[in-house]
Amino acid sequence: MLAYIIRRVAQSILVLFVVGLVAFSMFRFVGDPVDNMLGQERTQADIDRLREQLGLDQPFVVQYYKFLEQAVQGNFGLSYRQGRPVAEILMERLPATLELAFVSGLLALLGGIALGIFTAIRRRGISANVIMTLSLIGVSLPTFLIGILLIYVFSVELGWLPSFGRGDVVDLGGWTTGFLTSSGLQALILPAITLGLYQMTLIMRLVRTEMLEVLRMDYIRFARARGIRERAINFRHALKNTLVPVITITGLQLGSIIAFAIITETVFQWPGVGLLFINAVQFVDIPVMAAYLMMISVMFVGINLIVDMLYFAIDPRLRVDRGGGGH
Amino acid sequence: MKTKSILAVLLLATTAAGASAETLRWARAGDSLTLDPHAQNEGPTHTLAHQIYEPLIIRDMTGAFQAALATDWAPKEGDPNVWVFNLREGVSYHDGADFTAEDVVFSINRAKSENSNMKELLNSITEVRAVDDYTVEFVTDGPNPILPSNLTNLFMMDKGWTEANGAVDVQDVEGGETTFAATNANGTGAFKLVSREPDVKTVLTQNENYWGMDDFPMQVTEVVYTPIQNAATRVAALLSGEVDFIQDVPVQDLGRVGETEGLVVKTAPQNRVIFFGMNMGADDLDNDNVEGANPLADVRVRKAMSMAINRDAIKQVVMRDQSQPAGMIAPPFVNGWTAEMDAAAMTDIDAAKGLMADAGYGDGFSIQLDCPNDRYVNDEAICQAAVGMLAQIGVTVNLDAKPKAQHFPLITNDQTDFYMLGWGVPTYDSEYIFNFLVHTRGEDRGSWNGTGYSNPELDAKIVSLASETDLEKRNATIAEIWQVVQDEQLYIPIHHQVLNWGMTDKVVTEVSPEDDPKFKFFEMN
Repeated sequence: MLAYIIRRVAQSILVLFVVGLVAFSMFRFVGDPVDNMLGQERTQADIDRLREQLGLDQPFVVQYYKFLEQAVQGNFGLSYRQGRPVAEILMERLPATLELAFVSGLLALLGGIALGIFTAIRRRGISANVIMTLSLIGVSLPTFLIGILLIYVFSVELGWLPSFGRGDVVDLGGWTTGFLTSSGLQALILPAITLGLYQMTLIMRLVRTEMLEVLRMDYIRFARARGIRERAINFRHALKNTLVPVITITGLQLGSIIAFAIITETVFQWPGVGLLFINAVQFVDIPVMAAYLMMISVMFVGINLIVDMLYFAIDPRLRVDRGGGGH
Repeated sequence: MKTKSILAVLLLATTAAGASAETLRWARAGDSLTLDPHAQNEGPTHTLAHQIYEPLIIRDMTGAFQAALATDWAPKEGDPNVWVFNLREGVSYHDGADFTAEDVVFSINRAKSENSNMKELLNSITEVRAVDDYTVEFVTDGPNPILPSNLTNLFMMDKGWTEANGAVDVQDVEGGETTFAATNANGTGAFKLVSREPDVKTVLTQNENYWGMDDFPMQVTEVVYTPIQNAATRVAALLSGEVDFIQDVPVQDLGRVGETEGLVVKTAPQNRVIFFGMNMGADDLDNDNVEGANPLADVRVRKAMSMAINRDAIKQVVMRDQSQPAGMIAPPFVNGWTAEMDAAAMTDIDAAKGLMADAGYGDGFSIQLDCPNDRYVNDEAICQAAVGMLAQIGVTVNLDAKPKAQHFPLITNDQTDFYMLGWGVPTYDSEYIFNFLVHTRGEDRGSWNGTGYSNPELDAKIVSLASETDLEKRNATIAEIWQVVQDEQLYIPIHHQVLNWGMTDKVVTEVSPEDDPKFKFFEMN
């Protein structure tokens, strides 16, 4: 068990190193930060001085090494764009993204499971077929279009919900939350739907397929033969067995909800890390880009690591393999 | 003194109660980068700073000079190398400190320091000295007739406040420390900073002790500034009534906003001209199909290319009428601009073909056009239109459009043969254009001249402008230089950009050519 975990952790760290290396090798293709940092009146001497100060005249491997050296001490440098510590900016922006991801994840999970069960049970019903057809929209429409459509309908035409921003937030000692004010909650609705729609349709389709599969199993037939109520069969016996793959997918999708919040955040001017990243790319704000990419990859690697370990705990076959060596 | 100030407070309180509180919710695409007024020389940063801080001289909403912290200014009698500024008395900073000559000396020296982004505008200043509390002398390295126009974005900080908070040095990104002045502000301006979350929201409130309470409308009492990057969302926020005033209205949405009940779109020519540059200095171009020669080195080819561009078509089709075709690369406000030169560009495909044939390129050639896609209004679409137009005279153009962060280094590093550039002139004087775009590329001048053009005689004339005090003579030299620029077809001018501001009908304002609303000028219905 321990050896397995150590091996997986070592692999994860290696993945992080490679991600960082690839990221740093690509930064110079994003553009030249010096051009944005100095006004149009700058002279060549200014450019050279700043480039040297920032270490941009060094090969990317050296830049990467310096970044790592500072990063392990918890110092991600100063943002070229804002002139403030990157760690501080990320911490300021992270609550917005996590709250949005949490709400849209919840929405996707609850909505997806409920609709999945419904469409599985009422497989031939008209409403189930309508839902299935509509779900194609969720899978196929690009996020920004959904966002713009929602803004047009609910903000511009109906005037019910705000079109941008987070509303009023309450600061709980370093964590700003929009959950405690009505404008904050209102502001969450449209972005959460936009971000969660794809995941919701995905989970719905998954639940439906699994459910249809399970409902054909012998133990369900026996349960029916025993005269157990349909409700109990559907929700107690069938649903439980459906949820295993759903949980796996949800765990993995949570990472992508946070990472792909970029587009939703841009459309709704949601002040999270995704918007920060987009701004950083446009300005060639290398410290912010590097820290964001490292943060996202740590998250993905971390989630995968946990999932792997959960498999180890859940799936006896992995353990049998190791136990077999002891015989 | 005490009773007087109590009276003043009472008077203010009654007038404040009389005028209803007017909050202006303002959105534009980008946020200010820093509150430090000397750290960035950039539009949105200056615009926010103008509400909180003040320079000695400002430009009003039409672009004309107006006295701010200086009441009047003139070259010193008998010494053309010195400018004398008389300062406004009775001005105080938001924290209560008085504004005096030592603050001016301090601020100018801070803006001249190494990490300042404003220092290039102050190159000519060798010394700033306080004569008395309300008189300052600027000593320049030679007569500098246009010094005042370099000071309109140069904000005055309080010496005591800045020193007490350890912010004497301008933000140094590599230094690793954030300066106090980057996140806090203490100016003399019409608005005080209430709160600020970068990229999210900045709240300003009216400074009730502002010296200009009676000189300006001062009808906006609170400003809430929220950057909204996505153009569609920004327009939606105005349409849904969540903001009162937006800058950067996308041209395709102008009709939609203008037709909406209760909303107004105002447009005005911007201080920015859009043009193409051509690498005429190289012996051979990297990105063309002509071997061993540079077609752009021939003035006939450059003239033919300019003649092939149909500026009216670009205005109608690409810009939806939101542009003003240009014949010279100076915005109309600039000293040296003439209506005659600006109208000189014409479209004549047959004559252009003739010139191409004369130059020996009757069969045309191919070349790459580098173009930004996130900097100017419809920049990439303009380039696409130009590709079609140039094809008519046999010039096959491969368009390469990229984000600005990748595009501009091509120009400054001599890596492009044919490129788009836009230019604004903060000093409102042609010298600024010549220094950056016409003078041979060198240490101090010509940093944006990607054409490879070098004319020592012209360079000498450009340099002479800096110290020519006889304005008539100076203007004559400017006209001579323009004549050469036009004759040589140094650039292919396209158009002057037009600014669009969208607002609810309760907001009344002119559109400033610098795209920098100053809210003390705003009136509210």
